[in-house]
Amino acid sequence: MNHILKFNLNGDPVEVTVKSNEKLLDVLRDKLGAVSVKFGCGVAECGACTVLIDGLSVRSCITFAVEVEGKNVVTLEGLQADGPTKIQKAFIKHNAFQCGFCAPGFIVSATELISKNPSPSEEEMRHALAGNLCRCTGYQNIVNAMNEVAEDNRKGDK
Amino acid sequence: MKENLKVVGHNAVRLDILEKVTGTSEYTDDIPFGPNLLHMAVLGSPYAHAEIISIDTTEAKKLPGVKAVITGEDYPEKFGLYLKDKSIFPVDRVRQVGEQVAGVIAVSYEIAKAAVKLIKVEYKELPVILDPYDSVKEGAVLIHPDLGNYEIEPWLEAQPGTNIGHLRRIRKGDIEKGFAEAEYIVEGEYHIPHVAHTCIETHISVSKFSLDGRLTMWNSTQSPHTQRHIMAQSLGMAHKDIRVIAPPIGGGFGGKAGISMEVMAAAGAKSCPGHPVKLRWTREEEFYNSSQRTGLRNKVKIGFRKNGKIIAFKHEMFWDVGASAEYGSNVVNATGFSATGPYYIPNVYIDSHACYTNNPTCSAYRGFGYSEFSFGIESTMDKAARIMGIDAVELRRINAIKEGEGVAYDVPMNPNGLVECIDKVAEEIGWGIEEKSDDSNKIIAKGFASVWKAPAMPANESSSAFIKFSEDGSINILVSGMDLGQGFITAMAKIAAEVLGLTLDKVRVELPDTDRNPYEWQTVASHVTWSCGNAVKRAAIDAKSKILDTVQRAHFIDKSQLYLEDNGVKCTTQDSFFIPFSDFVINGIQTEHNTWVGGPILGSGMFMPEYTNAMVDPDTGLGGNPMVHYTVGAGAVTVEIDKETGRMKVLKMAEAFDLGKAINPDLSKDQIVGGFVQGLGTALWEECIFDEKGRMLNDGFTDYKIPTIVDVPRDMNPILVEVPQPDGPYGARGHSEHTMIPVMPAVANAVANGLGVRISDVPVTSEKVAMRMNDPKYREEM
Ligand code: FES
Ligand code: FES
Repeated sequence: MNHILKFNLNGDPVEVTVKSNEKLLDVLRDKLGAVSVKFGCGVAECGACTVLIDGLSVRSCITFAVEVEGKNVVTLEGLQADGPTKIQKAFIKHNAFQCGFCAPGFIVSATELISKNPSPSEEEMRHALAGNLCRCTGYQNIVNAMNEVAEDNRKGDK
Repeated sequence: MKENLKVVGHNAVRLDILEKVTGTSEYTDDIPFGPNLLHMAVLGSPYAHAEIISIDTTEAKKLPGVKAVITGEDYPEKFGLYLKDKSIFPVDRVRQVGEQVAGVIAVSYEIAKAAVKLIKVEYKELPVILDPYDSVKEGAVLIHPDLGNYEIEPWLEAQPGTNIGHLRRIRKGDIEKGFAEAEYIVEGEYHIPHVAHTCIETHISVSKFSLDGRLTMWNSTQSPHTQRHIMAQSLGMAHKDIRVIAPPIGGGFGGKAGISMEVMAAAGAKSCPGHPVKLRWTREEEFYNSSQRTGLRNKVKIGFRKNGKIIAFKHEMFWDVGASAEYGSNVVNATGFSATGPYYIPNVYIDSHACYTNNPTCSAYRGFGYSEFSFGIESTMDKAARIMGIDAVELRRINAIKEGEGVAYDVPMNPNGLVECIDKVAEEIGWGIEEKSDDSNKIIAKGFASVWKAPAMPANESSSAFIKFSEDGSINILVSGMDLGQGFITAMAKIAAEVLGLTLDKVRVELPDTDRNPYEWQTVASHVTWSCGNAVKRAAIDAKSKILDTVQRAHFIDKSQLYLEDNGVKCTTQDSFFIPFSDFVINGIQTEHNTWVGGPILGSGMFMPEYTNAMVDPDTGLGGNPMVHYTVGAGAVTVEIDKETGRMKVLKMAEAFDLGKAINPDLSKDQIVGGFVQGLGTALWEECIFDEKGRMLNDGFTDYKIPTIVDVPRDMNPILVEVPQPDGPYGARGHSEHTMIPVMPAVANAVANGLGVRISDVPVTSEKVAMRMNDPKYREEM
């Protein structure tokens, strides 16, 4: 069955026809051009497809598109409307990624974490990012970049 | 030779980081192909070994939206990189679960999937072989009865009438005499299971066969030119009519080297001319149908003199290459030449067998077999050290191969810093210093391994490069090496920038497109920094000589007084002389008569090693020079182990590699960290588990666990050693794959050092440690 789905994508209202069983991942990528959202497994095991729905990180590969009716969906495209964020700048400085395929998912998960907890401890941060798999980096530069963001936010608090 | 380098050897942010971090890297699946795009799905065999009696596609073809259904009847061609034993679609039999017997091309993936379910295949099951020891047993069912008729590289030794796709032998010195003179003989038998690459981006190909007969492919690949060559051969097309474009790749690790599913996408496209056809693996298909790492059963026997010197070494390797040896045969070949480890040994006996099984096909995987065989060698070395009462690190120092000493195939070893690597790792890990856990239930133990690896390549592999200047003095470097994330394009940019006196912001390196970029064999073997780096350096030198020529002719200054710096040309005899490249690299230099000298500056360069020779004596492995050089290194871990549960936590790691010259030290260290963590997965958890019918029981990330950000050591110490490679660009040699190799044995050695239990089959799981800790069968005297 087809539905006319309306929601906000990266701040803009969108309207798109979807089937009841279509996944948000496919709708975002194939119908709305938000290709930063990646397919890595399709079953919520890798984190490559992570998006924010009303500020909470969600695996778009197991989310039915119809579930986001009326909601705010944010992908990496929407996070950087004003240029790279502080998190992205730290990732750049630390050469945080290699092939880069996992990067959008990591940045979205990291954004959610920092929005809730601006200066997480290293272990809090690792646990928050444990659902995002990276096969290339060994994670060390991601950790270094995130520690720098947390440290900077800590200083900013004072 | 002390060069004053301005770019090479200094750190820089990788050139492609902005596109990665902003999500603008356009991976194959991100490219818009428009509404004309068709989707392909395949039918995989449910059986590991069966005859195909019949395939009925009638119902599938009738489904609305289906454009074509293809099988081995349409595409019976055999293909392969080194041994053509693989079918695009099989005609007679399937040899592994998941082997594709038919493909459907349709207007949507859902319709293609639905049509796949309507295909009826009748099979007759055949006996299944899942273990390489069973594969070589007398009377074993033949997996490739036609082995003798396949096309094969002249340096491979297939054994028709058996399940052995290739056999590499080494017979150096006198092995009997060597063991007779040995005061200690130490042996071990080991097992390494299949593991999977698990690139986060699964394999994908979009192929389009135009009505004018041109084939264009967008592939997630390490090997655009090799793929073009294999496609041309198997489809009977001219190379010029095939264009392979390599968009950014979401991980390779060897799994996207050579060719696999891309041939099916091309076949699909050929059946639906005018449409781009997309074939993208699901995660399950990625486990079954891309390739896995070779499994290994091996027996290591080492003879030592009293002083710890190895005098004789016997290594029998039975590789589980799976259903095809098209690429795995070269893993078997390369390791056959090298499975001594980085030690000088006068008497060597190696047998390396490529055993066909009905497990998924194996090909290249970061390390190319060296991880697998090094586990047995380095475990045996530790055992021997304990028996002889020699410190384990000292034993490695004693035997470390030096420049000029003969390797297993008796060619002199290249300059290397193995002892320096060993020393630095030992120091960083605090070798010999005992550490205690705060928790009395836990012990802390250390383990060590030293390793080597050579690039495994055909003797005449080659690279080439073009450099072209633009009006503003910036350059585009055209090469067909692939940036897999290892930093290839940053390295190439730095090499060219160094020669041409350019700042890095003036350099751009694009990913491969076989129409635009010149030839590269493939991005494998950790060899492109060395091989393609040499080609780029030569292209830059070529461009430089054209620049100097132009300036000499326009300004009447002898070339020998000119040099390149700060994005322009300077003169050693006139301080004020400076012409920026932007003044002349396209339009030339105006003379006093208002005529012009020069023109667009272009450089070209190529590289092929001209001293290699793969044609060895099949009985001894001697008489050739199959490898270009070895990169050496060492690694160690500190592990905390729970004495009750066997639970292990790697607290610290140190790894050192002699990479000749670090073109970009930060990125080289990143390779060590990334490779170590990938190795840690294989040491502790990773294993493809099959049931007795050859079905994989853990084909997803929930059951096939790879390291997450919480699993990695908090203290990781990459160390770079630089003993220059004489024929490397600025002395560089590769080291990205090597970083995985020490991890499995270092972890097993730590467990043996801590608990006295020897785990000879990876992964070294907590369960194995707990179950075997008090079992005398696994006891290693401490
Ligand atoms: S694609 Fe959604 S978690 Fe892997
Ligand atoms: S950088 Fe390749 S998967 Fe993370």
